[in-house]
Formats: sequence, structure tokens, C-alpha cells
Amino acid sequence: MEMHRDDIGARLGMWIFIFTEILLFGGLFLVYAVMRNRYSVEFHQAAHQLNAFIGTLNTVVLLLSSATVAMSVTAVQRGEKRKGVMFILITLVCAGIFLFNKYLEWGHKISIGLYPGSEMMIGLKYGYILFFSLYFFMTGLHMLHLLVGSIILTIVMVKIQIGTINAGKYTLLENGGLYWHLVDLIWIFLFPLLYLIT
Amino acid sequence: MAEAITHSYLENTGRYKGILAWLTSTDHKRIGLMYMYAMMVFFIVGVLLGELMRLELFRPGQQFITAQTYNGVFTIHGIIMIFTVVIPGLAAVFGNFSMPLLIGAHDVAFPRLNLFSWYLYILGAAIALSSQFMGNGPPDTGWTFYAPYSIQTHTNVVAAVFGAFVLGFSSILTGLNFIVTIHRFRAPGMTFFRMPLFPWSLYATAWIQVLATPIVGITLLMVIAERWLRIGFFDPSLGGDPILYQHLFWIYSHPAVYIMILPAMGVITEIIPTFAQRRVFGYKAIALSSLAIALVGYFVWAHHMYTSGMSITARWVFSLLTFLVAVPSAIKVFNWVTTMYKGSIAVKPPFLFALGFIILFMIGGLTGLSLGSLATDIHVHDTAYVVAHFHYIVFGGVGFAFFAALHYWYPKMYGRMYNFKRANIAFIFMFVGFNLLYFPQFVLGLMGMPRRYFDYLPQFTLGEQISSIGGFILLVGIIIMLVNLFSRKGGKAPDNPWGGTTLEWSIPSPPPHENFDKLPVITGEPYDYE
Amino acid sequence: MTHTETQDYRVYGWVLLALLILTTITITVTWIDLSALTVLVALIIASVKSFIVLRHFMHLKFESKLFTVFVVMVLGIYTLVIALTFFDYLMR
Repeated sequence: MEMHRDDIGARLGMWIFIFTEILLFGGLFLVYAVMRNRYSVEFHQAAHQLNAFIGTLNTVVLLLSSATVAMSVTAVQRGEKRKGVMFILITLVCAGIFLFNKYLEWGHKISIGLYPGSEMMIGLKYGYILFFSLYFFMTGLHMLHLLVGSIILTIVMVKIQIGTINAGKYTLLENGGLYWHLVDLIWIFLFPLLYLIT
Repeated sequence: MAEAITHSYLENTGRYKGILAWLTSTDHKRIGLMYMYAMMVFFIVGVLLGELMRLELFRPGQQFITAQTYNGVFTIHGIIMIFTVVIPGLAAVFGNFSMPLLIGAHDVAFPRLNLFSWYLYILGAAIALSSQFMGNGPPDTGWTFYAPYSIQTHTNVVAAVFGAFVLGFSSILTGLNFIVTIHRFRAPGMTFFRMPLFPWSLYATAWIQVLATPIVGITLLMVIAERWLRIGFFDPSLGGDPILYQHLFWIYSHPAVYIMILPAMGVITEIIPTFAQRRVFGYKAIALSSLAIALVGYFVWAHHMYTSGMSITARWVFSLLTFLVAVPSAIKVFNWVTTMYKGSIAVKPPFLFALGFIILFMIGGLTGLSLGSLATDIHVHDTAYVVAHFHYIVFGGVGFAFFAALHYWYPKMYGRMYNFKRANIAFIFMFVGFNLLYFPQFVLGLMGMPRRYFDYLPQFTLGEQISSIGGFILLVGIIIMLVNLFSRKGGKAPDNPWGGTTLEWSIPSPPPHENFDKLPVITGEPYDYE
Repeated sequence: MTHTETQDYRVYGWVLLALLILTTITITVTWIDLSALTVLVALIIASVKSFIVLRHFMHLKFESKLFTVFVVMVLGIYTLVIALTFFDYLMR
């Protein structure tokens, strides 16, 4: 089998995959837009229940992690293997902090009985129900993507370490990075739309 | 010398033998055939379910299945036919088999991803079908899974919905693969405007697959979350909006109609010039109209919802856009007909099926326009008229184009011919049967026969009976066709049995594993007959 | 063939700083009551941030124009879909 490498093709494929992810979330943003338009007062009130501090912290953490992934590409391009690994490690630590914060956030809400399908939730005003349902659905799906991204980046890190990703061949790192930036991109919209509409 | 060492793709040269060699193959030609075999099975199941409904409807009153069973039957008929047959349809089978040949490539851009798509397809189909045997009985929502019924019914909607989600993922990956293939793997010298028109239509299709399918993916996940967690997006008792479900569903499912029909149009555009031995008329117009259909096709979805309680403004906006999308489709029909004009036409089976496509697609398309106009739609909405219209498009259009493509590329696929006479007889049975089956439903619909009813008023009896008889004539035609193709009786096929000019006819039948010994260099247009 | 341009670490540092400043602005703006404009301002700032991420972190500025064309096309189609949906919701 003749194998010729096509890095641009591989990146094009990744970009198209990213488009599908954007539209996957796009469906949810459409639901958000419609519901927000219908229940704008309730959405404002319900957003008070979210912890804007944790939201902000997670935003900063994600932005930082995105920057380090981008730096890791530079490091590998320059053949600085140790730096490359280190940058990805920082990203993964950031992912861990993000997940821990989310655990605190979700854990608190679930402990007071605020989760989709709970008695308390069903008893709330329509706008509140929909806001919290959207909150759990959107951040949940985002978290799932973050987990997948972390797994991909872990693999990438190992491959940099053992040298299968190197200055001559780093498409997987670039594509993994693209995926990570997507996770960041979606959060850039989720954060103001959920946390900052008080 | 070269003859002796090149093996055809049908022979096993790798590590595995027999069926394993197929199941592990990343050869686009094999994957195309694997899609086709799976699709044939689903198609036959779907056809039999359809015939079952025609039997029940042969006389008014309950014959032998209950109303609830009937609901289950039309639901799974729709799910099978839409999600496992016509949506992957021509793109998965002939897109895989022929497209790399047509653009002069060794394979698609991501062969392993391609095989993975096939496994996802099988997995998704299996999950969707499992809904029939597990949980609280077969889903009874219709293939559209309209909320709020789909979130209330006790039947096993979740399995069907999740199956459709997985099938959608498979479709996305195929589309992704094709876009990259067409961008990166065209033969040297083949610019976009030197590319044959079937790849053009696949390119437009692939973009719809990639950009529309995620919307229905997330919508189906929302339905599952509604059922399990009561998130309330579509549940009026929790403040949600069922019409929003319809919006989200059709934002995908209307473009999905173009996922089905665009490759069909592409195939017809390959067949007509070959059998008329003429340059295709208006090459650029056909190529660009594919893109135009794909683009405008995104913005017409709500014409499925005129009676749902949508705003008046939205209704006329979407009606207007719907009429716009008819323009590029009409351009294609015009160009096919003009290509045939003064051509030396060889009436062989692929051409007959292509001609059948044009006629049936025109009836389906024009009745689609009458449905797209607001006032008429109020009268015929949710009647047999709609059933007739979309069967003219998805069966008369996509189905006949599929059979046309099958008869066209069959010699290339298997290196064998088939019996032309039997193929022609099969076509006549199918064409007559098809029209008897669905044309009366236009009339019944205008008279007020609702769709999805398992019973009807006595005055509809004649129409329903003609329709049922047509259904069985069609079935006979399909059986003759399949027996003729798969009885393996035909003689050896030459490399270029139809005198085509596109690249696939320049290589042996069946093609070797690597398609081309050395990549062809393209210096001119694809349909060079003069 | 991979693209040969490598981006300096420092550039990413500046980009990160810009993104953090924009985040601060988004948060500060919520303290001012802009009523109906709140969403608009939030979305504009988020769009600017996305633009920066797409261009610098996701290397669009190094890729061929085709990639940018695709991104614009996808976002354009999505925006139109939302706009058309609101023909229904705003006019009921």
C-alpha cells in the first residue's frame, strides 16, 4: 500500500469535524435563544443561582490551557521535546481544575435538589426549569467534550515523549490542539450566556 | 505482464480470507459493496413492511393487524427506509465505489475512517432495529419522532432515536471523508471544473451531511434527555415548545432530502451523456446548481410546518424560499433533456432507469411545489397526497436513480454483464407498478384520505385497491431485477461497455486494488464526446 | 508538507493577555445595566474572543484561505438558520 502523507488534508478533515461540533452545540444555542427570548426575566433571575466566581475562574483556566496547547505546537515544531510535554501537562492540569470546579458547582446544585427531573425542579417556574435544564445539558455536553479532549491530549503527550510526534510529524498534536481550542471556543459563549446575564 | 500481477479488488490478497477479508478491508470499492449488501437487506425489509401496510389497506376496516401494530409498522418502515436506505443511499454505495475512480484517486482520504463509518452504520441500524424487540414494544411515533408524543409514548422510542443518532454520525464521517477526498485527491490536472458531475453532486451532499446532521443529532439527544430526565425543552407542561422540536428536526431533515436526491441527480448526469454520446449540456450550470440546491436547501425547512402554529411571516418567508429551491432543480432537468436532444441514444437498462427517474422526479418535484404553496398545503397537509409526493421523490427519484447507477456501474463492480432483456422487463414492471401504487394516492389525498391511518371510508376503496395492486406489481419488478443482477449469469464485461469517457472506464473491470497503475493526468473536460 | 511558520511563545502570551482583558470587560459590563443590550454586548465580546482564538490559537492565519472561507460559510449558514427561526418566534 502506498502511503503518502497529507497533512493539509488531515487538518482539513479536523476542521470539518470541528464544524460539526460547532453545529451540534449550535442546536443547543438555538434552543437557548428561543427560550431566553420567551422567558428573559426568569432567565435573568435564575442566573443568580450560578456561581459567577467559579465560572470566571474556569474561563481563565480554559484560556490558559488553550494558550499552552498552542505553545506546545511551537515547542514541538522547534524540536523542544521537554517543553512540548510540559505545556501539555499544564493544559491537563487546567482541565483537572476545570473539572474539579464543575464537580463543586454541580455537586452543590444536586445536593440542594436542583437537577433535571427532581421534584424541586419540576415545581419551579417554567423559565427557571428551562434555564437550569439548559445549564445542565450545555455544560454537561461541554464537560464531555473536555473529557474527550483530555484523553486525546494525554495520548498526544505520551507520543511526544516517546518521539512518535516530533518536529517532522506533528499532525496529531495540531489536530488534538484544534479540538481543545474548540472546547475553549464553546466555553467562550457558554460563560456569558449562562453566568453573566444577572 | 502487468495483467498477470494485478489482482482485481474482488480477489483477496491480504492477510485474511473470505468474509474477514471484506470486513477488515479499507478499500473504498469493497466498502461501497458492503454498504450495498447491507442496504439491500434493509431495503427488502422496508419493502415488505410497506407491502404489509398495502395489504391491510386493501379493504376498509381492520383486516389482520391492529391499529397499534400499524402505527409500529409505518414507523419502522420510515426509520429503515429513511435512515438506513435513502440517506446513506447513493452517497455511501456509489460515492464510495465510483467517486475515487471518477476523480482518479487511489482511495478516499481516510480509508480507515471510511471503514469505521460502515461499522457505525451497521451499529446504528442494529440499535434502531432493536427498538422492535426490546422495551415496551415498537415505537409508534412515525419516523419524525414529533414531540410531545415522542416524549410521552411508552413504546421504545429511545432505541430508535439513539440508532438514528449513530447513523447520523456515520453519515457525518462519510461526508467529511468525501470533502477532503475531493479537495485533496483529484488526479493531477483535474481542476474543480474538469471534475465529473457525480463527484460534484457528492461534494455538495457531503457539506449538507456535515453541517445539517449535527443539528438532528443534538435534537435526538434532547428527546432522550426529555424522556429520561424531563429537561422540558419540548414539553409544554414544563414550559417547553413542541414546535421548537419541529424546527430543529426539519433544520436537518429537510436538507436530508437533498442528501438523498443530490447524488441521484449526479448519477443521472453521468448516465445521460454516456448513453446519448453527447457532451453534457451546461456543465457549469449543473455543477453550480448542485451547490445552489445544497445552500438554499438549508433555508426551507419550515415548509413542513405550515399548519403547526408558526407565525404568518415565517410561513410566507419559507414558502418563498421553497419556490426558490425549485429553480436549480429545474435547471438540471432542463440540461438532461437538452443533452439528449439530437444525441444518438442507446436505450439500454441504465438509460431506461435514468429516464424513469426524470419522469418520476418531475411529478414528485411539481407536486412538491403545490405543497410548498401555503393555501394548497392547508388542504392536503398530512394526507395521502404528501405520502405520494415524497415517495415520488425518495423512491421514484432516489430509488430509480440507485437502480440506474447499479445497472450502469454493475459491469465495473463485478466484471460481468447482466441480461438486458430481463432488466428491461424489470424496469417496465417497476415503472408501471410504481405509478399504480402512488399516483392514486395523490387523488386520495385531494379527496381527504389522511396519511398514517390504518382504516378508511368506503369511498376510498377503489383508489386504495389500485394502489395495493400497484405495490405488488412493483414488488415483482424488484424481484426480477435483483434475480437478474445477482444470478451471476452474464458474460464477462469489457472495460468500457457503454462507451463512457470518464476515468472509471479507462481501467479494467473489475478494477485492481489500487485503481490506477499510475495516476492519470487530466487535460480536458470529462464528457468529451465530439 | 506542513506549514513552516512557527509562532513565537511571546505572541501566545500576548494573545492570552488580550483574551483575559476581554474576559474582564465582559464581567465588568454586566455590572452596568444595559437592559436589552446586555446580550448583544456579551455576544460581541465573545465573538471578538472567538476571532482571536480562531486566528491565532487555531492557526487560521497560517492556513490557506480556503479554511477561512469554510469557517465564514459555516458561521454564515448557522446565523441565517437562527435568523429564519426567529421569523417564527418574533412574529407570532
